[in-house]
Amino acid sequence: MNPKDPLSRVLYIDLTRQSFDIRDREDLFNRHLGGAGVAIELLHEECPQGADPLGPDNPIIFAAGPLTGLFPLASKTVAMFKSPLTGNLGESHAGGRSAVSIRNAGFGALVIKGTSAGPAYIAIHGQKVNFRDATSLWGMRSSYTVGRIILEREEGAGIRTLMRIGRAGERLVSYAGVTTETYRHFGRLGLGAVFGSKKLKAVVISGEAPLPVGDGYSAIYDEIYGAAVNSPVMKKYHDLGTAENVVPLNAIGGLPTRNLSSGRFEGADNISGEKLAEMHLGRRLACSHCPVGCVHIAALKEPYENEPYFRKTTMISYDYELIFSLGTMLGISDAEAMLKLMDTVEILGVDAMSAGVTLAWATEALGKGVVTQEQTLVPLAWGNAAAYGAAIGHIVDGTNDFYRALGKGVEYASSKYGGLEFAMAFGGNEMPGYHTGPGAALSFLMGSRHSHLDSGGYSIDQKSPGKSPEDLAAALVEDERWRQVLSSLTICFFARNLYTPEIIVRALAAAGFKTTIDELKALGKDILKRKYEFKLREGFDPEKLRIPARAMETPALGGKLDEKYLRRAISCYCALLK
Amino acid sequence: MRLSVVDTERCIGCQNCMFACTRKDGVAGIGRTRIHVRSVGGMERGFKIIVCRACHDPPCAKVCPSEALATRPDGGVRLIQEKCNGCGHCRDACILGAVSWDDEKGKPMICLQCGYCAKYCPHGVLALEKGREDATPPDDGTTVSCGSGGDGK
Repeated sequence: MNPKDPLSRVLYIDLTRQSFDIRDREDLFNRHLGGAGVAIELLHEECPQGADPLGPDNPIIFAAGPLTGLFPLASKTVAMFKSPLTGNLGESHAGGRSAVSIRNAGFGALVIKGTSAGPAYIAIHGQKVNFRDATSLWGMRSSYTVGRIILEREEGAGIRTLMRIGRAGERLVSYAGVTTETYRHFGRLGLGAVFGSKKLKAVVISGEAPLPVGDGYSAIYDEIYGAAVNSPVMKKYHDLGTAENVVPLNAIGGLPTRNLSSGRFEGADNISGEKLAEMHLGRRLACSHCPVGCVHIAALKEPYENEPYFRKTTMISYDYELIFSLGTMLGISDAEAMLKLMDTVEILGVDAMSAGVTLAWATEALGKGVVTQEQTLVPLAWGNAAAYGAAIGHIVDGTNDFYRALGKGVEYASSKYGGLEFAMAFGGNEMPGYHTGPGAALSFLMGSRHSHLDSGGYSIDQKSPGKSPEDLAAALVEDERWRQVLSSLTICFFARNLYTPEIIVRALAAAGFKTTIDELKALGKDILKRKYEFKLREGFDPEKLRIPARAMETPALGGKLDEKYLRRAISCYCALLK
Repeated sequence: MRLSVVDTERCIGCQNCMFACTRKDGVAGIGRTRIHVRSVGGMERGFKIIVCRACHDPPCAKVCPSEALATRPDGGVRLIQEKCNGCGHCRDACILGAVSWDDEKGKPMICLQCGYCAKYCPHGVLALEKGREDATPPDDGTTVSCGSGGDGK
């Protein structure tokens, strides 16, 4: 790497002692580039085996990459931690201004350990690290307000990131998320609860460090930028955003509906990307250094009950996964009601996907008499958005035993109350919104994050179905390995086709890294292996993976899934990881 | 030629202009930018663009005690590095906040109206236009060159 690049500087923060030190980790960055590659090494170093995910030993790691700040669409931050939801690898990615701010502050990664004696937030401005008292912010109803207060007090307007938790994180809901720049999220696997367990309300980071570049930088920059602004894929994400997926997924029967009792939703057109853009789109936003601007914000106007001629306008971020989890999965076809539910999730700081999928299970469990309304307190029923809004509040408040169980995820709640066969979690993580077939299912089961983004399984289901379990596992493992390279460079997965291996090698050369496509592929393989080592070390057991019966009953694109096929594919996947 | 902020409502806050301006100095990041994009109290409310509007009788030059800011025929100023004593009066005199500061050198960083940032604005917020005399700016300041757009609607 370029010796003048501050990338290799890692900021280690100890919340218990309120101290920090900066170490040069060129060893890590030279070998593992950044992002996921560096983060998994830091996690192995910093997280003791068997650590309590909500204890002081569990580290929070944030890593940017060598292309961050240098090139467009490389602005994701990779967060790693031990997940309080699954008990093994916690990995979540978010954009906004987070990665660029880490780089601009003069760091490549952050490691946060320990537990603060009282509520605190960390303010990092360049090389200055401040521990601020957050007592007055703890328990505050809305995460929006928390954000406004901190931004008012801190420097760096326009060039800073603010990562923060809501009350869900404070109250240790296992799938609480961390919000950055109000509308982007480290949503999955419970980073918010890890923040909360450390009494860490927020982290704000700003800086203006110039980043050195090498020969050929301008030429390769223009090539990448030109490809980004002229690409039809990028136009799709700008125009309608990820919400564009609603209509096509519904058409092929891959849109999980009413706790996946169906792959089609009759109300899909009311909550489609087209409809939301037509009726509610109020602004598009971008992460730093991204010309696309896929972030779509609805402007929801609601009349005040007792004030004629006056409406409140709320700006609400929507994406496909939220439309699935807080729309179709809960049988909600009223766009305004769905948007309000998204706002509730934003205010409280829970992962929308886990919350929606958990409530879908609770609805079915109530309908089937597995639990009673005495437990659910509100009449959970498909389409009853008001009840779901109240229920999310109960989850965060931990109102009773039932809601405290829901706050630990659907795997836990269904293990306790029954109804496992329709509890839609894979590897302990609530499902994403793709019921496309065995590719997606295998990706959820065996992907290192149990996410549809671990590999393109959902795409294989649509474009090249009918693979043998061996071939499917091989294709997904190969894809997941390459995605480790992308996420080590913190390249947005939406831009994965723009950043071809050849372009990556040239971009890395301009960033001071001499490498080859073969070396990158070997690195991807190694990173994935290291992630699985961590998962296995912390108790992940592929042989004991539960495949929800519901996932096999409701036909996907190629018909019903077959358990024997999936088990075979899982064992092939495992063999390839060794 | 001068830089024009055409329509701040179309700004998505990508900051590509800031990265472009920094690249002009041969480095990456946003540490050398002379153009700034900031939200107007939350990104959902939109953005303001803070950049030099190339005044014809520039207040920054008037307060410079060492004549380090030479006025340009098209408006705006050019910094004569060796004359600058780093007093910062120019920064205080610009009520747009468009005089950026180089902390390393302790001297101002001045927009040269080169339009490089506009080349990398993907959504038509910025443009390089001929001199101000070619157009009559409306009073609301949202459609033609404006140091800090989006605030006059």
